[in-house]
Amino acid sequence: MQFGFDDDQLAFRDAARDLLDKECGPAVVRAAGQADPGSLDRGVWDRLAEMGVLATIVPEAADGLGLDEQALVLVLEEAGRAALPHPLVETAAVAAPLVAGGPGAPGVAGGPGPAGVPDAHGLGMVATDLGGPHVACAADADWLLLQDQRAGTLHLVDPAAVVLTPVDTVDRARRAATVDWQPDPASVVTDDPAEVALAFDRGAFGTAAQLVGLGQRMLDLTVAYVVEREQFGVPIGSFQAVKHHLADALKELSFARPAVYRAAHSLATGAEHRARDVSMAKAMAADAAWLAGRQALQCHGAIGYTVEHDLHLYLKRTWALAAAWGDAAWHRDRVASALGI
Amino acid sequence: MDLSWSDSEQAFRAEARAWLEENLAAWHDQHGGEAAIASGDTRAGFAQHLDWERRLHDGRWAAVSWPAEHGGRDASLWEWLIFEEEYYRAGAPPRVTQNGIFLLAPTVFEFGTPEQQAHVLPRMAAATDLWCQGWSEPNAGSDLAGIAARAVRTEGGWRLDGQKTWTTRGAFCTHLFGLFRTDPESERHRGLSYLLVPLDTPGVTVRGFGRLDGDEGFAEVFFDDAFLAEDAVPGGVLLGAEGAGWKVAMATTGSERGLTLRSPGRFLATAARLVELYRAGLSDPTASAHAGPTAPGSTPSARLRERIAEVWMRAEAYRLFTLDTVTRLAGGAVMGADSSINKVWWSELDCELHEIALELLGPAAEVEGPWSKGWQFSLSGPIYAGTNEIQRNIAAERVLGLPRR
Repeated sequence: MQFGFDDDQLAFRDAARDLLDKECGPAVVRAAGQADPGSLDRGVWDRLAEMGVLATIVPEAADGLGLDEQALVLVLEEAGRAALPHPLVETAAVAAPLVAGGPGAPGVAGGPGPAGVPDAHGLGMVATDLGGPHVACAADADWLLLQDQRAGTLHLVDPAAVVLTPVDTVDRARRAATVDWQPDPASVVTDDPAEVALAFDRGAFGTAAQLVGLGQRMLDLTVAYVVEREQFGVPIGSFQAVKHHLADALKELSFARPAVYRAAHSLATGAEHRARDVSMAKAMAADAAWLAGRQALQCHGAIGYTVEHDLHLYLKRTWALAAAWGDAAWHRDRVASALGI
Repeated sequence: MDLSWSDSEQAFRAEARAWLEENLAAWHDQHGGEAAIASGDTRAGFAQHLDWERRLHDGRWAAVSWPAEHGGRDASLWEWLIFEEEYYRAGAPPRVTQNGIFLLAPTVFEFGTPEQQAHVLPRMAAATDLWCQGWSEPNAGSDLAGIAARAVRTEGGWRLDGQKTWTTRGAFCTHLFGLFRTDPESERHRGLSYLLVPLDTPGVTVRGFGRLDGDEGFAEVFFDDAFLAEDAVPGGVLLGAEGAGWKVAMATTGSERGLTLRSPGRFLATAARLVELYRAGLSDPTASAHAGPTAPGSTPSARLRERIAEVWMRAEAYRLFTLDTVTRLAGGAVMGADSSINKVWWSELDCELHEIALELLGPAAEVEGPWSKGWQFSLSGPIYAGTNEIQRNIAAERVLGLPRR
């Protein structure tokens, strides 16, 4: 029994954190909310690609890092902490292992899928509708991973071949659009329901990891604020009402995090209870981050209720991701079913 | 991460499971069936539960993590967690010896002399000496440093005066471990000493009284110029240094809040029973109150189903959080202030688990039974072992670094 990460996994996280701290500050997130469709800056994305993050869970035989979700989870948590606007979960957790999953997979010689996808690295940036109808970064992506609901198939589609309609999301940096497209048998990457279910679970898991990171970022911002901000001649963080708000946020995040880590383990090991564990992670992470956001805004007071302060960047991403890839109620329902009730 | 148990840990689990199954049945039979066993917080029930404690001791299960020389089996923290899971899964009763085993014993291991350890620990494990906690006073609750009970050094021992209260099972115990002010000039955390007091000491009076559920589980203890001989406990009645009582006492609060007092196994078992209760209501609506006059034939609501999933997750998350904690402790880390959020988590979880059960039971919830009993007990969780308000302060100040007042 060992519930923890090894030195390599922690070093991978630290490298990602350093990179994101440097390349994905609040200014980058703001800029992503203002850039025209198709012109998302790829600076931080290209650095992540150079680090190998996009192919973290791609087998070494397919030129990936050959790691598993237990390494990826820490990086996705950091991506959440930075509110990275790029579709990292969609690309690294969902599409890359699907496309380079093993012998016979798309991207491997003789596998199915559209022409022009040489391997997992050739994928570039992938957006998907697996997590919901509002496809984040749809106009910026190199490929779209789209689900044909009726046939149950997943398709890898050239964005030029679809009609995108931008959606005015509350979090502008979501850069979301709805996709109008016609399924074509030539673009199928899988028709295996188990593969589709796994792809969805990886997306929900990755989003849960991001939510824990977002919640932690909002808590950190708030702690820094309430230590500095003075009213009645003392820092407001010395007041019990403020302490209890933040202790609750800390508590919920502290217990959601191990649930997310366990989901990583269940995915990495193909555990029998994988779907239940992923749902537990997503439900708990969404609720914890949501609470952290509420407490963060309340403790910031009016300054937090502006678009001039950075808090709203993380708050709005939290709201978006809490609802994406199945909201907490949907995932609780799935846990209840797994419990046999 | 490796979330599997080793062969020896699985063997340990199997041994514990088999022993518990056999001995629980035997203990129930000994007292005329499970239904005839009273609450361990009543005088009659306490005696029945002592039979259980002695069975545990005879099987060397009373304190599995202790060294064998003191009555344990040198179990690792992992094995201890496994034992706790099996214990509550089997439906074994609350430990009436827990305040000694889980609160005093860690302190004795850390601060006791070899002679104190050799005397106190085996008798505690054997349920020969029964220990209660004497910390709270009428005017020292959350503000524990306001302790006023005094101990004055005298020829061959100490003279004790003052009052302790909210002493769990004090009316049935034989010994008290308590904090007393030994330096009359001192204030707050200074000048306190940790003393071990036999309750049959002349001048000590114990009065039991009813808790919320009516059981005589509480006591107040009066010290009226009571002479506590230095050798009333072999090895001495003073645990740790004179005047160092606060530090000695606080060394155990991490255990109380964090790990050993309320292990995940307890809440996992309650969550599993809650799932069963819901299932029973589904398969036989007449079995639950939802077939009552206000809702004929209806099944439990979707909202309750979702809440059950939620509390099951919270119990499971506590297990995972604990696996993380034990991994760190096994790697040499020490229990930190994060034990305070732990205590808030499990105590509020316990309330919620029982609250949902009451809602499932409907009108049947007012009938005395395991769920209504458990509900009342769960309500004490956010109060004892440092109120949850105090725990939130500790978490905010020592984990998040917010300024003290």
